[in-house]
Amino acid sequence: MSGFAEKHKKLERNVTLLGAAAFVTVAIGGIVEIAPLFWIDNTIEKVEGMRPYTPLELAGRNIYIREGCYSCHSQMVRPFRDEVERYGHYSLAAESMYDHPFQWGSKRTGPDLARVGGRYSDEWHVQHLIDPRSVVPESIMPPYAFLAKKDLKAGDMAKHLTAQRRLGVPYTEEAIAAANADLMAQADPEAVTTDLVERYPKAQVRDFDGDPDRLTEMDALVAYLQMIGTLVDFEAGEAQEQPR
Amino acid sequence: MDTLLLRVGGWLAIVFFAFIAMVLAADTGFAVHMAIIAMAAGITLWVTINKADYAAIGRGILKAPADPGIYDDDPIRWGVIATIFWGIAGMAVGLIIALQLAFPVLNLNNEYTTFGRLRPLHTSAVVFAFGGNALIATSYYVVQRTCRARLAFPGLARFVFWGYQLFIVLAATGYLMGITQSKEYAEPEWYVDLWLTIVWLCYAAVFIGTVVRRSEPHIYVANWFYLSFILTIAMLHVVNGLSMPVSLLGSKSYAAFAGVQDALTQWWYGHNAVGFFLTAGFLAMMYYFVPKQAERPVYSYRLSIIHFWSLIFLYIWAGPHHLHYTALPDWAQTLGMVFSIVLWMPSWGGMINGLMTLNGAWDKIRTDPIIRMMVLALAFYGMSTFEGPMMSIKAVNSLSHYTDWTVGHVHSGALGWNGMITFACLYYLVPRLWGKERLYSLRMVNWHFWLATLGIVLYAASMWVAGIMQGLMWREYGDDGYLVYAFSEVVSAMLPMYLIRAAGGLLYLAGAFVLVYNVWMTIAGKQREEKPMTETPHNEDLDKPIVGKPAIAPAE
Repeated sequence: MSGFAEKHKKLERNVTLLGAAAFVTVAIGGIVEIAPLFWIDNTIEKVEGMRPYTPLELAGRNIYIREGCYSCHSQMVRPFRDEVERYGHYSLAAESMYDHPFQWGSKRTGPDLARVGGRYSDEWHVQHLIDPRSVVPESIMPPYAFLAKKDLKAGDMAKHLTAQRRLGVPYTEEAIAAANADLMAQADPEAVTTDLVERYPKAQVRDFDGDPDRLTEMDALVAYLQMIGTLVDFEAGEAQEQPR
Repeated sequence: MDTLLLRVGGWLAIVFFAFIAMVLAADTGFAVHMAIIAMAAGITLWVTINKADYAAIGRGILKAPADPGIYDDDPIRWGVIATIFWGIAGMAVGLIIALQLAFPVLNLNNEYTTFGRLRPLHTSAVVFAFGGNALIATSYYVVQRTCRARLAFPGLARFVFWGYQLFIVLAATGYLMGITQSKEYAEPEWYVDLWLTIVWLCYAAVFIGTVVRRSEPHIYVANWFYLSFILTIAMLHVVNGLSMPVSLLGSKSYAAFAGVQDALTQWWYGHNAVGFFLTAGFLAMMYYFVPKQAERPVYSYRLSIIHFWSLIFLYIWAGPHHLHYTALPDWAQTLGMVFSIVLWMPSWGGMINGLMTLNGAWDKIRTDPIIRMMVLALAFYGMSTFEGPMMSIKAVNSLSHYTDWTVGHVHSGALGWNGMITFACLYYLVPRLWGKERLYSLRMVNWHFWLATLGIVLYAASMWVAGIMQGLMWREYGDDGYLVYAFSEVVSAMLPMYLIRAAGGLLYLAGAFVLVYNVWMTIAGKQREEKPMTETPHNEDLDKPIVGKPAIAPAE
């Protein structure tokens, strides 16, 4: 015992040695645990249907982040019977592969939102965001009426898509060139959107906030909420009875 | 004079560039932040010009050399004030958001005051503003005393203090305007992260520089903990903060990693913000102030070696327990669970080393309310470092995750351990830093102790009940095979618990106000006339021999 205490005195007398030893000690865990996630292939399973966010969905997601929705809502259904029955199919790693940053959350003051897309109508979402207790009397969610009043000022979406592409999200040149037009078109029932839907399969095109004349923050947020968890087709993978 | 001109020019350049960036900003939030930076640089410029010692410059030196015979305590005094100020602010916001959960009308139907924006304000204010200022101030104090040397780079030490306050102001105003990366406890955006990196590296330079200048041959154990805290936080902050700004003139950025990798990086950061900011750093405070207040040496030197190295090695691995049963690969979850459980041992090593330091001085728990606070802090440290490993077991976590149990766990650590040890250190420091004979009132420390303790008990107990109730109600099946409770029913079942929690928070905040008054009066030089905490009874009348009658009656 005293031997190791004697040896430790070397470290105690030299701040460079002490600092270097401490730094190596704390670096090991992260290297062993996190680094392999970047090169072990089966970390993210390969599924069909995942695509980058449309500009409007991305703008809506940025509002979701701005308002701190993750403080109270998770987006990660765990593989338990009760969660799968309550929310839907458990979440796959692939479903957040384009999420910079991830929004899995850590607390469910409100319900999980990983499968909220398509579960309620646009009108329900708008009403619920404006006055949560008018549709869910027990709710303790803050009201977000201001979203319907504020025009969407997302900035230059081409720059947003470029930043994402630099991080590895596969936006094409033409998607970036059309970013600002796509942003407007997705919530405009009059617009021609064949290109948009081709670029972003399953993209939902309509006026989301009930006010077709304006593109509001409400449009963007509802567009995002209505697509969460809808890209992967789980029914196709379900066990089916063999026809005889 | 040249150096002075260089500094003035530098600050002027910052004012200029911040102003340009404000004008060209891509969004309002960024413009507001650039205005704040321009103002801060402007104030620094003004102070640089006005406070310069021109007579000394005339003699060819920039500043009259400080008295080498005393410790450099100015930034510590500022740090003590800042700790108290941000502590009150952060705890008050905590009380507000606790009440918002009970009474949603308190969100005020206004975008700046919703729970979603105030919650990061609360967490950052208490962890980084209150805790961070306490750590910087105490580390400056401890490193000078244990190295028997003045702070290295006094100018840089002051820059660290003010730079850190600017970081806090930028982060806090950012949250209210919705500027956030959404990474818990690492919410500030890329430019604020860059600023903190600069400040932090300067902090490391001041701390390590002072250790290098020490007159003692050995580096005291508290400094090992401060050193590992400073180095590890730098590593965590830089890696987790990696991001791609949309524009160099806008606030928005996208995190470098996505999905699974981003989740594990974030919780590697998040858990070790607890492990190194709130544990290693505060253990450093414990290792200096508990022996000083108890007037006893640290219990075991060997235990401190073993528990230091095992603690810093093991903590880093524990992050994945925040991601049990998620889409994170199983091997990482299991690894995180195993290391979290093993972590129990070095954590208790620290608690034992602290508590056993009171060997031979246990009576002080009765007579010295500051020691009592320290002991309570260590007891809560032990309790939450037992609760944590237990909650990291996957089966337990399947129930506790996503519930208020986690919130209760965090607060028993934060209020019980970090809060109480900080208050005790503040009570130790204030009379010494301001040259007063004693605190204004020791009995008020006792009041603070009991208010805070009662507050923590209400907080932790209500959140245990709330969390376990939530977990059980979410998974409750009826005889018909269907889920029994709608989510909204679980929400409304929480109301009584949320009210009790808010009451606990109110008591804790009230205790902090008692501290403010006590510190204020102490600095003002007042001493409260009060009964001492302990008195050995002494009766003058009985203190004499018996005379005039025989001691023992003669036998018949």
